[in-house]
Amino acid sequence: MTRTIIRFNRVSKIFPGGTKAVDNLSFEVYEGECAVFLGPSGCGKTTTIKLLNRLEEPTEGNIYLNGNDTSEIDVIALRRGIGYVIQDVGLFPHMTVAQNISLVPRLTGWSTSLQEARVDELLRLVDLEPSSFRGRYPHQLSGGQRQRVGVARGLAADPPVILMDEPFGALDPITRAQLQDEFLNLRSKIKKTILFVTHDIDEAIKLGDRIAIMREGKIIQFDNPKILIREPADDFVRDFVGKDCGLKLMKLLRLSDIMVPASNRITERSSVMEAKKMMGESKSDVLLVVDDQGVFKGAIWFELLINRDRGSVREFMDRYIPTVGTEGEIRPTLELMLKKGRVWLPVVDEENRLKGIVTMTHFACFFSQEGWEWGESY
Amino acid sequence: MGGKLLSTVAYLIKHLGLIFKLTLEHIQVAMIAVIISTVIGVAIGILITRVKRLASPVIGIAGIIYTIPSLALFGMMIPFIGIGVKPAVIALILYGQLALIRNTYVGITHIDRAVVEAGKGMGMSSWQFLRMVELPLALPVIMAGVRTAAVMNIGTATIAAYIGAGGLGWLIFRGIASVYTEQIIAGAVPVILLAIGTDYFFVALERFLTPPGLRH
Repeated sequence: MTRTIIRFNRVSKIFPGGTKAVDNLSFEVYEGECAVFLGPSGCGKTTTIKLLNRLEEPTEGNIYLNGNDTSEIDVIALRRGIGYVIQDVGLFPHMTVAQNISLVPRLTGWSTSLQEARVDELLRLVDLEPSSFRGRYPHQLSGGQRQRVGVARGLAADPPVILMDEPFGALDPITRAQLQDEFLNLRSKIKKTILFVTHDIDEAIKLGDRIAIMREGKIIQFDNPKILIREPADDFVRDFVGKDCGLKLMKLLRLSDIMVPASNRITERSSVMEAKKMMGESKSDVLLVVDDQGVFKGAIWFELLINRDRGSVREFMDRYIPTVGTEGEIRPTLELMLKKGRVWLPVVDEENRLKGIVTMTHFACFFSQEGWEWGESY
Repeated sequence: MGGKLLSTVAYLIKHLGLIFKLTLEHIQVAMIAVIISTVIGVAIGILITRVKRLASPVIGIAGIIYTIPSLALFGMMIPFIGIGVKPAVIALILYGQLALIRNTYVGITHIDRAVVEAGKGMGMSSWQFLRMVELPLALPVIMAGVRTAAVMNIGTATIAAYIGAGGLGWLIFRGIASVYTEQIIAGAVPVILLAIGTDYFFVALERFLTPPGLRH
Protein backbone atom coordinates (compact mmCIF):
# COMPACT_ATOMS: atom_id res chain seq x y z
CA MET A 1 0.00 0.00 0.00
CA THR A 2 2.77 2.44 0.89
CA ARG A 3 4.95 3.03 -2.12
CA THR A 4 8.58 4.02 -1.73
CA ILE A 5 9.24 7.29 -3.57
CA ILE A 6 12.71 8.14 -2.27
CA ARG A 7 15.44 5.68 -1.43
CA PHE A 8 18.92 6.44 -0.11
CA ASN A 9 21.31 3.54 -0.55
CA ARG A 10 24.52 3.69 1.51
CA VAL A 11 24.96 7.39 0.86
CA SER A 12 27.92 9.30 2.26
CA LYS A 13 28.91 12.91 1.85
CA ILE A 14 32.40 13.99 2.76
CA PHE A 15 33.14 17.70 2.39
CA PRO A 16 36.48 18.86 0.97
CA GLY A 17 37.75 19.65 4.48
CA GLY A 18 37.22 16.00 5.42
CA THR A 19 34.01 16.49 7.41
CA LYS A 20 31.75 13.50 7.07
CA ALA A 21 28.36 15.20 6.98
CA VAL A 22 26.41 12.11 5.95
CA ASP A 23 27.69 8.70 6.89
CA ASN A 24 26.60 5.58 5.01
CA LEU A 25 22.94 6.49 5.14
CA SER A 26 20.20 4.17 3.90
CA PHE A 27 16.53 4.91 4.29
CA GLU A 28 13.27 5.11 2.41
CA VAL A 29 10.55 7.71 2.29
CA TYR A 30 7.05 6.66 1.32
CA GLU A 31 4.77 8.46 -1.06
CA GLY A 32 2.59 11.08 0.60
CA GLU A 33 4.27 11.08 3.99
CA CYS A 34 5.96 13.90 5.84
CA ALA A 35 9.38 12.63 6.91
CA VAL A 36 11.03 14.91 9.43
CA PHE A 37 14.81 14.98 9.82
CA LEU A 38 15.57 16.03 13.34
CA GLY A 39 18.81 16.53 15.16
CA PRO A 40 21.27 19.00 16.64
CA SER A 41 23.01 21.44 14.31
CA GLY A 42 25.77 19.80 12.32
CA CYS A 43 24.11 16.37 12.37
CA GLY A 44 23.81 16.30 8.59
CA LYS A 45 20.06 16.76 8.28
CA THR A 46 20.24 19.68 5.85
CA THR A 47 22.95 17.99 3.80
CA THR A 48 20.75 14.90 3.61
CA ILE A 49 17.86 16.69 1.94
CA LYS A 50 20.18 18.73 -0.29
CA LEU A 51 21.55 15.46 -1.62
CA LEU A 52 18.12 14.74 -3.04
CA ASN A 53 17.92 17.84 -5.25
CA ARG A 54 21.66 17.62 -5.85
CA LEU A 55 22.58 20.91 -4.28
CA GLU A 56 25.10 18.51 -2.78
CA GLU A 57 26.45 15.54 -4.68
CA PRO A 58 27.03 12.34 -2.72
CA THR A 59 30.62 11.16 -2.27
CA GLU A 60 29.39 7.57 -2.19
CA GLY A 61 26.14 5.73 -2.67
CA ASN A 62 23.01 6.19 -4.74
CA ILE A 63 19.79 8.08 -4.31
CA TYR A 64 16.64 7.01 -6.09
CA LEU A 65 13.57 9.09 -6.81
CA ASN A 66 10.66 7.02 -8.11
CA GLY A 67 13.14 4.25 -8.73
CA ASN A 68 15.43 6.39 -10.91
CA ASP A 69 18.99 7.12 -9.87
CA THR A 70 19.05 10.90 -9.36
CA SER A 71 22.62 11.15 -10.64
CA GLU A 72 21.31 10.09 -14.06
CA ILE A 73 18.50 12.65 -14.17
CA ASP A 74 19.23 16.08 -15.67
CA VAL A 75 19.88 18.23 -12.62
CA ILE A 76 17.67 21.12 -13.81
CA ALA A 77 14.73 18.82 -14.54
CA LEU A 78 15.27 17.04 -11.22
CA ARG A 79 15.15 20.29 -9.26
CA ARG A 80 12.10 21.60 -11.09
CA GLY A 81 10.28 18.46 -10.01
CA ILE A 82 11.13 18.99 -6.34
CA GLY A 83 9.75 21.94 -4.40
CA TYR A 84 12.31 23.73 -2.25
CA VAL A 85 11.52 25.90 0.77
CA ILE A 86 14.28 27.20 3.03
CA GLN A 87 14.52 29.00 6.34
CA ASP A 88 15.71 32.30 4.91
CA VAL A 89 13.04 32.01 2.21
CA GLY A 90 15.29 33.52 -0.46
CA LEU A 91 12.57 35.40 -2.28
CA PHE A 92 13.93 37.31 -5.27
CA PRO A 93 13.84 40.91 -4.01
CA HIS A 94 13.48 42.41 -7.48
CA MET A 95 10.45 40.31 -8.36
CA THR A 96 6.88 40.75 -7.18
CA VAL A 97 5.17 38.08 -5.12
CA ALA A 98 3.44 36.84 -8.28
CA GLN A 99 6.70 36.71 -10.23
CA ASN A 100 8.40 34.86 -7.40
CA ILE A 101 5.67 32.25 -7.18
CA SER A 102 5.31 31.74 -10.91
CA LEU A 103 9.03 31.42 -11.56
CA VAL A 104 9.23 27.67 -12.13
CA PRO A 105 5.98 27.56 -14.14
CA ARG A 106 7.43 30.41 -16.22
CA LEU A 107 10.69 28.54 -16.78
CA THR A 108 8.83 25.42 -17.79
CA GLY A 109 6.73 27.33 -20.31
CA TRP A 110 3.28 27.61 -18.78
CA SER A 111 0.99 30.09 -20.52
CA THR A 112 0.63 33.48 -18.87
CA SER A 113 -3.03 32.93 -18.01
CA LEU A 114 -2.25 29.57 -16.45
CA GLN A 115 0.55 31.14 -14.42
CA GLU A 116 -1.74 33.91 -13.18
CA ALA A 117 -4.45 31.47 -12.18
CA ARG A 118 -1.87 29.35 -10.36
CA VAL A 119 -0.49 32.35 -8.46
CA ASP A 120 -3.96 33.29 -7.20
CA GLU A 121 -4.79 29.71 -6.31
CA LEU A 122 -1.57 29.34 -4.31
CA LEU A 123 -1.90 32.70 -2.58
CA ARG A 124 -5.36 31.69 -1.40
CA LEU A 125 -3.97 28.33 -0.30
CA VAL A 126 -1.41 30.03 1.96
CA ASP A 127 -4.04 32.46 3.19
CA LEU A 128 -2.87 35.63 1.44
CA GLU A 129 -5.45 37.70 -0.44
CA PRO A 130 -4.31 37.59 -4.09
CA SER A 131 -5.51 41.08 -5.08
CA SER A 132 -3.54 42.68 -2.28
CA PHE A 133 -0.38 40.54 -2.35
CA ARG A 134 0.20 39.65 -6.01
CA GLY A 135 1.95 42.90 -6.88
CA ARG A 136 3.93 43.42 -3.69
CA TYR A 137 7.67 43.17 -3.43
CA PRO A 138 9.31 40.99 -0.78
CA HIS A 139 10.42 43.99 1.29
CA GLN A 140 6.77 44.94 1.67
CA LEU A 141 5.95 41.68 3.48
CA SER A 142 6.26 40.58 7.09
CA GLY A 143 8.42 37.58 7.97
CA GLY A 144 5.44 35.27 8.20
CA GLN A 145 4.02 36.50 4.90
CA ARG A 146 7.38 36.01 3.22
CA GLN A 147 7.51 32.40 4.33
CA ARG A 148 3.95 31.85 3.12
CA VAL A 149 5.05 33.12 -0.28
CA GLY A 150 8.09 30.86 -0.01
CA VAL A 151 5.83 27.87 0.58
CA ALA A 152 3.56 28.90 -2.30
CA ARG A 153 6.61 29.19 -4.55
CA GLY A 154 7.73 25.71 -3.54
CA LEU A 155 4.33 24.34 -4.51
CA ALA A 156 4.02 26.31 -7.75
CA ALA A 157 4.77 23.67 -10.34
CA ASP A 158 2.86 21.07 -8.32
CA PRO A 159 5.94 18.94 -7.56
CA PRO A 160 5.20 15.55 -5.96
CA VAL A 161 8.11 15.99 -3.53
CA ILE A 162 8.88 19.05 -1.43
CA LEU A 163 12.00 19.74 0.61
CA MET A 164 11.55 22.09 3.53
CA ASP A 165 14.66 23.16 5.41
CA GLU A 166 13.62 24.67 8.74
CA PRO A 167 10.96 26.73 6.97
CA PHE A 168 9.50 28.13 10.18
CA GLY A 169 12.77 28.36 12.11
CA ALA A 170 13.29 32.10 11.77
CA LEU A 171 9.76 33.10 12.77
CA ASP A 172 8.52 34.27 16.15
CA PRO A 173 6.75 31.56 18.20
CA ILE A 174 3.21 32.79 17.52
CA THR A 175 3.68 33.07 13.76
CA ARG A 176 5.49 29.75 13.75
CA ALA A 177 2.62 27.96 15.50
CA GLN A 178 0.17 29.56 13.09
CA LEU A 179 2.16 28.46 10.03
CA GLN A 180 2.53 24.97 11.46
CA ASP A 181 -1.24 24.73 11.82
CA GLU A 182 -1.67 25.95 8.28
CA PHE A 183 0.93 23.44 7.14
CA LEU A 184 -1.17 20.62 8.63
CA ASN A 185 -4.27 22.06 7.05
CA LEU A 186 -2.45 22.31 3.72
CA ARG A 187 -1.33 18.71 3.93
CA SER A 188 -4.90 17.54 4.35
CA LYS A 189 -5.73 19.32 1.08
CA ILE A 190 -2.74 18.38 -1.07
CA LYS A 191 -1.00 15.06 -0.98
CA LYS A 192 2.72 15.62 -1.22
CA THR A 193 5.75 13.77 -0.06
CA ILE A 194 7.59 16.14 2.22
CA LEU A 195 11.12 15.97 3.60
CA PHE A 196 11.18 18.41 6.47
CA VAL A 197 14.26 19.47 8.40
CA THR A 198 14.02 20.89 11.90
CA HIS A 199 15.89 20.96 15.19
CA ASP A 200 12.68 21.47 17.14
CA ILE A 201 11.30 18.24 18.59
CA ASP A 202 7.83 19.70 19.16
CA GLU A 203 7.61 20.80 15.56
CA ALA A 204 8.75 17.35 14.45
CA ILE A 205 6.11 15.60 16.53
CA LYS A 206 3.42 18.00 15.41
CA LEU A 207 4.13 17.79 11.69
CA GLY A 208 5.87 14.50 11.03
CA ASP A 209 4.37 11.18 10.02
CA ARG A 210 7.78 9.71 10.72
CA ILE A 211 10.80 11.28 12.35
CA ALA A 212 14.41 10.47 11.57
CA ILE A 213 16.61 11.39 14.50
CA MET A 214 20.10 12.14 13.25
CA ARG A 215 23.48 12.42 14.87
CA GLU A 216 26.88 12.75 13.23
CA GLY A 217 25.58 11.92 9.78
CA LYS A 218 23.69 8.82 10.81
CA ILE A 219 20.02 8.16 11.43
CA ILE A 220 19.71 6.78 14.95
CA GLN A 221 16.02 6.05 14.73
CA PHE A 222 13.41 6.53 12.02
CA ASP A 223 9.93 5.87 13.36
CA ASN A 224 6.56 7.41 13.83
CA PRO A 225 6.44 9.89 16.71
CA LYS A 226 4.48 7.63 19.04
CA ILE A 227 7.03 4.84 18.80
CA LEU A 228 9.86 7.31 19.10
CA ILE A 229 8.45 8.56 22.38
CA ARG A 230 7.52 5.18 23.80
CA GLU A 231 10.49 3.19 22.56
CA PRO A 232 13.50 5.43 22.05
CA ALA A 233 16.33 3.46 20.45
CA ASP A 234 18.97 4.79 22.81
CA ASP A 235 19.76 7.46 25.39
CA PHE A 236 20.52 10.04 22.72
CA VAL A 237 17.01 9.71 21.30
CA ARG A 238 15.52 9.63 24.80
CA ASP A 239 17.36 12.84 25.74
CA PHE A 240 16.48 14.46 22.47
CA VAL A 241 12.81 13.62 22.71
CA GLY A 242 12.92 15.25 26.10
CA LYS A 243 11.41 14.95 29.51
CA ASP A 244 7.79 15.85 28.95
CA CYS A 245 7.26 13.06 26.46
CA GLY A 246 4.06 11.99 28.23
CA LEU A 247 2.46 15.30 27.40
CA LYS A 248 3.78 15.14 23.85
CA LEU A 249 2.29 11.71 23.40
CA MET A 250 -1.03 12.91 24.76
CA LYS A 251 -1.11 15.58 22.05
CA LEU A 252 -0.46 12.95 19.41
CA LEU A 253 -3.04 10.40 20.45
CA ARG A 254 -6.50 10.51 18.94
CA LEU A 255 -9.61 9.07 20.52
CA SER A 256 -9.59 6.34 17.88
CA ASP A 257 -6.31 5.14 19.45
CA ILE A 258 -7.78 4.59 22.87
CA MET A 259 -11.54 4.09 22.49
CA VAL A 260 -13.08 0.67 23.04
CA PRO A 261 -15.75 -0.81 20.80
CA ALA A 262 -19.32 -0.03 21.82
CA SER A 263 -20.56 -3.60 22.04
CA ASN A 264 -23.71 -2.85 24.01
CA ARG A 265 -25.55 -1.20 21.17
CA ILE A 266 -29.14 -1.57 20.08
CA THR A 267 -31.12 -0.27 17.12
CA GLU A 268 -33.77 2.35 17.77
CA ARG A 269 -36.46 0.14 16.24
CA SER A 270 -35.93 -2.56 18.86
CA SER A 271 -38.65 -3.12 21.44
CA VAL A 272 -38.35 -2.29 25.09
CA MET A 273 -38.42 -5.99 25.90
CA GLU A 274 -35.47 -6.67 23.65
CA ALA A 275 -33.58 -3.86 25.33
CA LYS A 276 -34.28 -5.24 28.78
CA LYS A 277 -33.18 -8.68 27.66
CA MET A 278 -29.95 -7.33 26.26
CA MET A 279 -29.24 -5.41 29.44
CA GLY A 280 -29.72 -8.55 31.43
CA GLU A 281 -27.43 -10.59 29.23
CA SER A 282 -24.69 -8.00 29.06
CA LYS A 283 -25.06 -7.03 32.70
CA SER A 284 -25.15 -3.46 31.58
CA ASP A 285 -27.39 -0.63 32.76
CA VAL A 286 -27.04 1.39 29.62
CA LEU A 287 -27.32 0.66 25.91
CA LEU A 288 -26.21 2.89 23.04
CA VAL A 289 -28.92 3.45 20.45
CA VAL A 290 -28.15 3.56 16.73
CA ASP A 291 -30.24 3.55 13.56
CA ASP A 292 -29.95 0.99 10.76
CA GLN A 293 -26.91 2.79 9.33
CA GLY A 294 -25.15 2.74 12.67
CA VAL A 295 -25.67 6.47 13.24
CA PHE A 296 -25.64 7.33 16.92
CA LYS A 297 -29.06 8.39 18.20
CA GLY A 298 -28.84 8.38 21.99
CA ALA A 299 -28.70 6.09 25.00
CA ILE A 300 -31.21 4.17 27.00
CA TRP A 301 -30.96 3.46 30.73
CA PHE A 302 -32.39 0.64 32.73
CA GLU A 303 -34.20 3.12 35.02
CA LEU A 304 -36.09 4.55 32.06
CA LEU A 305 -37.55 1.13 31.31
CA ILE A 306 -38.30 -0.17 34.81
CA ASN A 307 -42.07 -0.08 34.58
CA ARG A 308 -42.40 -0.43 30.84
CA ASP A 309 -42.75 -3.41 28.58
CA ARG A 310 -44.37 -1.96 25.46
CA GLY A 311 -43.16 0.36 22.72
CA SER A 312 -39.77 0.82 21.06
CA VAL A 313 -36.46 2.00 22.32
CA ARG A 314 -36.83 5.20 20.26
CA GLU A 315 -39.67 6.41 22.49
CA PHE A 316 -37.77 6.25 25.75
CA MET A 317 -34.16 6.90 24.87
CA ASP A 318 -32.15 9.91 26.07
CA ARG A 319 -31.39 11.90 22.94
CA TYR A 320 -29.14 14.48 24.54
CA ILE A 321 -25.82 12.72 24.83
CA PRO A 322 -22.74 14.74 23.82
CA THR A 323 -20.47 12.94 21.36
CA VAL A 324 -16.81 13.23 20.41
CA GLY A 325 -15.11 12.54 17.08
CA THR A 326 -12.62 9.77 16.37
CA GLU A 327 -9.98 12.39 15.56
CA GLY A 328 -10.62 14.22 18.83
CA GLU A 329 -7.71 14.83 21.19
CA ILE A 330 -7.49 13.59 24.72
CA ARG A 331 -7.27 16.84 26.63
CA PRO A 332 -10.43 18.53 25.28
CA THR A 333 -12.31 15.25 25.69
CA LEU A 334 -11.37 15.07 29.35
CA GLU A 335 -12.43 18.67 29.73
CA LEU A 336 -15.78 17.95 28.13
CA MET A 337 -16.34 14.99 30.44
CA LEU A 338 -15.61 17.08 33.51
CA LYS A 339 -17.74 19.98 32.33
CA LYS A 340 -20.75 17.83 31.43
CA GLY A 341 -20.30 15.48 34.36
CA ARG A 342 -20.03 12.39 32.15
CA VAL A 343 -17.87 9.39 32.93
CA TRP A 344 -18.16 8.09 29.37
CA LEU A 345 -18.75 9.54 25.92
CA PRO A 346 -19.67 7.91 22.61
CA VAL A 347 -17.10 8.31 19.82
CA VAL A 348 -18.52 8.91 16.33
CA ASP A 349 -17.04 9.35 12.87
CA GLU A 350 -17.73 12.22 10.46
CA GLU A 351 -21.10 10.70 9.48
CA ASN A 352 -22.04 10.44 13.15
CA ARG A 353 -21.77 6.64 13.07
CA LEU A 354 -21.00 5.11 16.44
CA LYS A 355 -17.42 3.88 16.51
CA GLY A 356 -16.78 3.23 20.16
CA ILE A 357 -16.77 4.79 23.58
CA VAL A 358 -14.22 6.39 25.85
CA THR A 359 -14.49 6.39 29.60
CA MET A 360 -12.54 7.96 32.43
CA THR A 361 -11.50 4.48 33.45
CA HIS A 362 -10.24 3.77 29.94
CA PHE A 363 -8.06 6.85 29.99
CA ALA A 364 -6.56 5.84 33.30
CA CYS A 365 -6.01 2.22 32.23
CA PHE A 366 -4.62 3.23 28.87
CA PHE A 367 -2.03 5.52 30.35
CA SER A 368 -0.86 3.03 32.94
CA GLN A 369 -0.77 0.14 30.44
CA GLU A 370 1.22 2.17 27.98
CA GLY A 371 4.21 1.89 30.21
CA TRP A 372 5.04 5.49 30.75
CA GLU A 373 4.28 6.88 34.12
CA TRP A 374 3.43 10.50 34.73
CA GLY A 375 5.49 10.46 37.90
CA GLU A 376 8.56 9.04 36.23
CA SER A 377 9.35 12.00 34.04
CA TYR A 378 9.17 14.60 36.76
CA MET B 1 40.83 90.20 -12.76
CA GLY B 2 37.70 91.76 -14.13
CA GLY B 3 39.57 92.29 -17.39
CA LYS B 4 40.42 88.58 -17.61
CA LEU B 5 36.79 87.63 -17.04
CA LEU B 6 35.63 89.87 -19.85
CA SER B 7 38.32 88.68 -22.23
CA THR B 8 37.53 85.05 -21.40
CA VAL B 9 33.85 85.60 -22.13
CA ALA B 10 34.84 87.28 -25.35
CA TYR B 11 37.05 84.28 -26.24
CA LEU B 12 34.23 81.86 -25.45
CA ILE B 13 31.78 83.70 -27.64
CA LYS B 14 34.25 84.01 -30.48
CA HIS B 15 35.21 80.32 -30.41
CA LEU B 16 31.85 78.82 -29.45
CA GLY B 17 31.79 76.56 -32.49
CA LEU B 18 35.26 75.21 -31.76
CA ILE B 19 34.51 74.61 -28.07
CA PHE B 20 31.30 72.82 -29.01
CA LYS B 21 33.15 70.61 -31.49
CA LEU B 22 35.87 69.80 -28.95
CA THR B 23 33.25 69.03 -26.28
CA LEU B 24 31.54 66.56 -28.60
CA GLU B 25 34.91 64.95 -29.41
CA HIS B 26 35.62 64.72 -25.71
CA ILE B 27 32.28 63.09 -24.92
CA GLN B 28 32.69 60.75 -27.87
CA VAL B 29 36.10 59.45 -26.79
CA ALA B 30 35.05 59.07 -23.17
CA MET B 31 31.71 57.39 -23.89
CA ILE B 32 32.87 54.99 -26.59
CA ALA B 33 35.47 53.88 -24.07
CA VAL B 34 32.81 53.53 -21.33
CA ILE B 35 30.55 51.41 -23.51
CA ILE B 36 33.29 49.04 -24.68
CA SER B 37 34.78 48.98 -21.18
CA THR B 38 31.41 48.01 -19.71
CA VAL B 39 30.90 45.16 -22.15
CA ILE B 40 34.40 43.77 -21.53
CA GLY B 41 34.51 44.51 -17.80
CA VAL B 42 31.07 42.99 -17.05
CA ALA B 43 31.92 39.91 -19.12
CA ILE B 44 35.22 39.42 -17.28
CA GLY B 45 33.49 40.16 -13.98
CA ILE B 46 30.91 37.43 -14.65
CA LEU B 47 33.62 35.04 -15.79
CA ILE B 48 35.56 35.36 -12.54
CA THR B 49 32.41 34.68 -10.48
CA ARG B 50 32.21 31.36 -12.36
CA VAL B 51 35.92 30.54 -12.17
CA LYS B 52 36.64 31.85 -8.69
CA ARG B 53 40.35 31.10 -8.69
CA LEU B 54 40.78 33.69 -11.47
CA ALA B 55 39.13 36.42 -9.41
CA SER B 56 42.10 37.52 -7.40
CA PRO B 57 44.72 37.57 -10.23
CA VAL B 58 42.32 39.28 -12.67
CA ILE B 59 41.32 42.00 -10.21
CA GLY B 60 45.01 42.33 -9.29
CA ILE B 61 46.05 42.94 -12.90
CA ALA B 62 43.22 45.44 -13.42
CA GLY B 63 44.46 47.18 -10.29
CA ILE B 64 48.02 47.39 -11.61
CA ILE B 65 46.82 48.87 -14.91
CA TYR B 66 44.80 51.39 -12.95
CA THR B 67 47.90 52.59 -11.10
CA ILE B 68 49.89 53.34 -14.31
CA PRO B 69 50.09 57.14 -14.69
CA SER B 70 47.81 58.16 -17.54
CA LEU B 71 50.45 60.12 -19.42
CA ALA B 72 52.75 57.07 -19.31
CA LEU B 73 49.99 54.76 -20.58
CA PHE B 74 49.11 57.13 -23.42
CA GLY B 75 52.81 57.34 -24.28
CA MET B 76 53.07 53.56 -24.32
CA MET B 77 50.28 53.44 -26.90
CA ILE B 78 52.21 55.46 -29.50
CA PRO B 79 54.84 52.87 -30.53
CA PHE B 80 52.19 50.13 -30.80
CA ILE B 81 49.09 51.83 -32.09
CA GLY B 82 50.21 55.30 -33.01
CA ILE B 83 48.39 58.49 -32.21
CA GLY B 84 44.79 59.67 -32.44
CA VAL B 85 41.42 58.58 -31.06
CA LYS B 86 42.08 54.83 -31.24
CA PRO B 87 44.98 54.59 -28.75
CA ALA B 88 43.15 57.02 -26.46
CA VAL B 89 40.02 54.88 -26.39
CA ILE B 90 42.05 51.72 -25.78
CA ALA B 91 43.87 53.32 -22.88
CA LEU B 92 40.59 54.52 -21.35
CA ILE B 93 39.08 51.03 -21.73
CA LEU B 94 42.04 49.60 -19.84
CA TYR B 95 41.63 52.18 -17.07
CA GLY B 96 37.94 51.44 -16.67
CA GLN B 97 38.43 47.71 -16.20
CA LEU B 98 39.18 47.82 -12.49
CA ALA B 99 35.93 49.62 -11.59
CA LEU B 100 33.85 47.42 -13.88
CA ILE B 101 35.36 44.03 -13.19
CA ARG B 102 35.46 44.60 -9.46
CA ASN B 103 31.95 46.00 -9.19
CA THR B 104 30.45 43.24 -11.33
CA TYR B 105 32.24 40.63 -9.25
CA VAL B 106 31.25 42.17 -5.94
CA GLY B 107 27.69 42.82 -7.11
CA ILE B 108 27.18 39.18 -8.05
CA THR B 109 29.07 37.53 -5.20
CA HIS B 110 27.30 39.64 -2.59
CA ILE B 111 23.81 38.48 -3.52
CA ASP B 112 22.04 37.03 -0.48
CA ARG B 113 23.09 33.41 -0.03
CA ALA B 114 19.46 32.35 0.48
CA VAL B 115 18.47 33.87 -2.87
CA VAL B 116 21.25 31.97 -4.61
CA GLU B 117 20.31 28.73 -2.93
CA ALA B 118 16.62 29.15 -3.65
CA GLY B 119 17.32 29.95 -7.30
CA LYS B 120 19.56 26.94 -7.76
CA GLY B 121 17.26 24.67 -5.78
CA MET B 122 14.31 25.68 -7.92
CA GLY B 123 16.07 24.48 -11.03
CA MET B 124 17.25 27.63 -12.81
CA SER B 125 20.01 27.01 -15.31
CA SER B 126 23.21 28.97 -14.89
CA TRP B 127 22.23 31.26 -17.77
CA GLN B 128 18.68 31.80 -16.46
CA PHE B 129 20.03 32.54 -13.03
CA LEU B 130 22.48 35.08 -14.45
CA ARG B 131 19.89 36.82 -16.59
CA MET B 132 16.93 36.71 -14.21
CA VAL B 133 18.58 37.02 -10.82
CA GLU B 134 22.27 37.85 -10.73
CA LEU B 135 22.41 40.68 -13.25
CA PRO B 136 19.24 42.46 -12.07
CA LEU B 137 20.37 42.25 -8.45
CA ALA B 138 23.95 43.28 -9.21
CA LEU B 139 22.84 46.06 -11.55
CA PRO B 140 23.01 48.93 -9.02
CA VAL B 141 26.58 47.96 -8.09
CA ILE B 142 27.60 47.47 -11.74
CA MET B 143 26.08 50.84 -12.61
CA ALA B 144 28.12 52.46 -9.85
CA GLY B 145 31.19 51.01 -11.56
CA VAL B 146 30.06 52.37 -14.92
CA ARG B 147 29.61 55.78 -13.34
CA THR B 148 33.10 55.72 -11.81
CA ALA B 149 34.59 54.73 -15.16
CA ALA B 150 32.62 57.41 -17.03
CA VAL B 151 33.62 60.27 -14.72
CA MET B 152 37.21 59.07 -14.73
CA ASN B 153 37.19 58.89 -18.54
CA ILE B 154 36.04 62.49 -18.87
CA GLY B 155 39.03 63.52 -16.77
CA THR B 156 41.59 61.23 -18.36
CA ALA B 157 40.37 62.00 -21.89
CA THR B 158 41.61 65.54 -21.31
CA ILE B 159 45.17 64.23 -21.23
CA ALA B 160 44.54 62.12 -24.34
CA ALA B 161 44.78 65.37 -26.32
CA TYR B 162 48.53 64.90 -25.96
CA ILE B 163 48.43 61.90 -28.30
CA GLY B 164 46.19 63.61 -30.77
CA ALA B 165 42.78 62.42 -29.59
CA GLY B 166 41.38 65.94 -29.61
CA GLY B 167 38.80 67.02 -27.07
CA LEU B 168 38.84 69.88 -24.62
CA GLY B 169 42.34 68.95 -23.45
CA TRP B 170 43.59 70.33 -26.74
CA LEU B 171 42.52 73.85 -25.69
CA ILE B 172 44.10 73.51 -22.28
CA PHE B 173 47.44 72.25 -23.57
CA ARG B 174 47.50 74.91 -26.31
CA GLY B 175 46.69 77.55 -23.74
CA ILE B 176 49.43 76.38 -21.36
CA ALA B 177 52.00 76.22 -24.15
CA SER B 178 51.25 79.76 -25.30
CA VAL B 179 50.45 81.16 -21.82
CA TYR B 180 46.99 82.05 -23.11
CA THR B 181 44.85 82.11 -19.97
CA GLU B 182 41.54 82.65 -21.75
CA GLN B 183 42.14 79.53 -23.85
CA ILE B 184 43.04 77.46 -20.77
CA ILE B 185 39.84 78.50 -19.03
CA ALA B 186 37.79 77.87 -22.17
CA GLY B 187 38.99 74.26 -22.09
CA ALA B 188 39.05 73.71 -18.31
CA VAL B 189 35.60 75.03 -17.37
CA PRO B 190 33.67 72.86 -19.88
CA VAL B 191 35.65 69.78 -18.78
CA ILE B 192 34.76 70.43 -15.15
CA LEU B 193 31.10 70.93 -16.04
CA LEU B 194 31.18 67.85 -18.22
CA ALA B 195 32.58 65.71 -15.38
CA ILE B 196 29.94 66.94 -12.94
CA GLY B 197 27.19 66.51 -15.53
CA THR B 198 28.35 62.99 -16.33
CA ASP B 199 28.24 62.09 -12.65
CA TYR B 200 24.68 63.40 -12.32
CA PHE B 201 23.59 61.65 -15.48
CA PHE B 202 24.86 58.27 -14.31
CA VAL B 203 23.38 58.70 -10.85
CA ALA B 204 20.01 59.21 -12.54
CA LEU B 205 20.59 56.28 -14.88
CA GLU B 206 21.55 54.06 -11.96
CA ARG B 207 18.34 54.98 -10.16
CA PHE B 208 16.28 54.44 -13.29
CA LEU B 209 17.77 51.00 -13.95
CA THR B 210 17.48 49.77 -10.36
CA PRO B 211 14.64 47.20 -10.26
CA PRO B 212 11.58 48.57 -8.42
CA GLY B 213 11.79 45.94 -5.67
CA LEU B 214 15.24 47.21 -4.69
CA ARG B 215 14.33 50.90 -4.52
CA HIS B 216 13.72 51.26 -0.84
